[in-house]
Amino acid sequence: MTAPLRIGFIPLVDAAALIVAVDRGFTAAEGLDVELVREVSWSNVRDKLNIGLFDAAHLLAPVAIASSLGLGHVKVPIAAPFNLGINGNAITVSPSLHAALIEEIDGDRFDPLTTAKALARVVAIRRKAGAEPLTFGMTFPFSTHNYQLRFWMAAAGVDPDEDVRLVVLPPPYMVDSLANGHVDAFCVGAPWNSVAVDLGIGHILHFVSDILERAAEKVLAVRQVWSDKHPDVVASLVRAAVKGAEFIEQPANLAEVAQILAQPERIGVDADVIQRSLTGRLKTSPDGAVRESGRYLLVGREGAGRPDPVQAAWLYAQMVRWGQTALSPEALKTAMAVFRPDLYDAAVGRVGEGQASAPFSAFAGPAFDPSDLAGYLASFEVGRSAF
Amino acid sequence: MSAEQSPKIVIVDESPVRAAILEDGLREAGFTEIVHIREMQSLLARIYAVDPDIILIDLENPSRDVLEAMFQVSRAVKRPIAMFVDQSDTSSIQASVEAGVSAYIVDGLKKERIKPILDLCVSRFNAFAKLQEELERTKSQLEDRKIIEKAKGILMKVKGLTEDEAYVLLRSTAMREKKKIGEIAQSIITASEMLK
Repeated sequence: MTAPLRIGFIPLVDAAALIVAVDRGFTAAEGLDVELVREVSWSNVRDKLNIGLFDAAHLLAPVAIASSLGLGHVKVPIAAPFNLGINGNAITVSPSLHAALIEEIDGDRFDPLTTAKALARVVAIRRKAGAEPLTFGMTFPFSTHNYQLRFWMAAAGVDPDEDVRLVVLPPPYMVDSLANGHVDAFCVGAPWNSVAVDLGIGHILHFVSDILERAAEKVLAVRQVWSDKHPDVVASLVRAAVKGAEFIEQPANLAEVAQILAQPERIGVDADVIQRSLTGRLKTSPDGAVRESGRYLLVGREGAGRPDPVQAAWLYAQMVRWGQTALSPEALKTAMAVFRPDLYDAAVGRVGEGQASAPFSAFAGPAFDPSDLAGYLASFEVGRSAF
Repeated sequence: MSAEQSPKIVIVDESPVRAAILEDGLREAGFTEIVHIREMQSLLARIYAVDPDIILIDLENPSRDVLEAMFQVSRAVKRPIAMFVDQSDTSSIQASVEAGVSAYIVDGLKKERIKPILDLCVSRFNAFAKLQEELERTKSQLEDRKIIEKAKGILMKVKGLTEDEAYVLLRSTAMREKKKIGEIAQSIITASEMLK
């Protein structure tokens, strides 16, 4: 056994590969002695990873990039050798906003452009009536949820900074905030969308996979210097996570996985709710309507575990688009270098095989090209990029 | 304190005891403008209304992420938050994170005015943690005593022992098995419940 590792996580379903790797003994089989530490905020996870109280962490992909660029906090280069989840978020709206949107929807209600246009009309109607702007909850300034909400509404001309309010809310507070009218909608990961639907206070409007076909969500993050110093431990950790992800993707293991994740010291919600998130078969409305998608959350299948630098580039582009940082070729390079397919390949023994990254596909905007970010960003009407 | 105006400090903490300990410390040190926010709903709006120079928040509080939004330029924030530490000064961050507190400093406050506040925070948080630890220990000792009493009762009844004999049996078993006497007592209670 190596020195004990402390790994931080936030109770969300996309920590599954990590939790299963530890609780099902895959880390121990790799000779790792891992203590999982449940955290309450992304800021805590980031800070404890940065100063070395954690050796590794379940981390929002954009936070890993922001940390490496020194945005919002101290600059600590991060390496992400494993991708813990692709997609997995959903946009949930209150019953009254849902009714207002349905009233305005003209076309396919699963098409994000149609719903975004409906949102634009609802925003205009509210403004005319002198009503307060709609408030959307998301989880962190540097979060996929923030960027996904913005990407969606901006496609129909809704300016996320001018026309609505975006507020940060810790995931466990999302449901309460929707119930008491503090927010009208939110974008969050599993299981919180399902929890809101079960309580009869929310309708799932979109799976994030409607907006982006493939979006890197959480990564297994380590400090770059630590990774350089302990390549064997990183490789073992990646292999254990790969085994955890493979275990999760076996339908026969579903009930056991949901049971493991449901433990109070892990995610701590009903196994049934977790199972729904893992299968992508979600109740989307309090009246019992169900929607199923094979793309809701990808843990191990379709190469989800292998970090894709193009995804990092897209996330960096969002930071630029929304004015969190200025465009610079060096920063883009740094951002892309956070995602480490090389470490993944080395761990699983696929050195030199070289996999092409999956094409980045979104419902709006031009094809994403990391080599021409300025051109890509200039094509969007709404945004506050500085370049 | 110098003639300079006392900086306005907001304490965000759901624990009234810990907040009081911190506030006392700050007042003793001469800081007079202190506001305690205990309600997490609309946290940014509440902070906005107070317009503080420094915000202190405990790390057990999920709302810490809400404060991170203050780094962003937006209408919700009157004055942006600045990092108070240089890249080189990670020891301050380390000490505060380990103590379980985080400080957000509004742009413009001088560095030398921040350090004593931060040091005070760290020492008060550590003191509170120690207090809590002692409380926990006392609690578990009390709990142990209750369990031992109950196990003694079972032994006296089942084996016809006196109270002293029951205790000696518990203690010698614990020593032989290299376990705590409370653990042995608990297993006797569990066993007797199963055999009921």
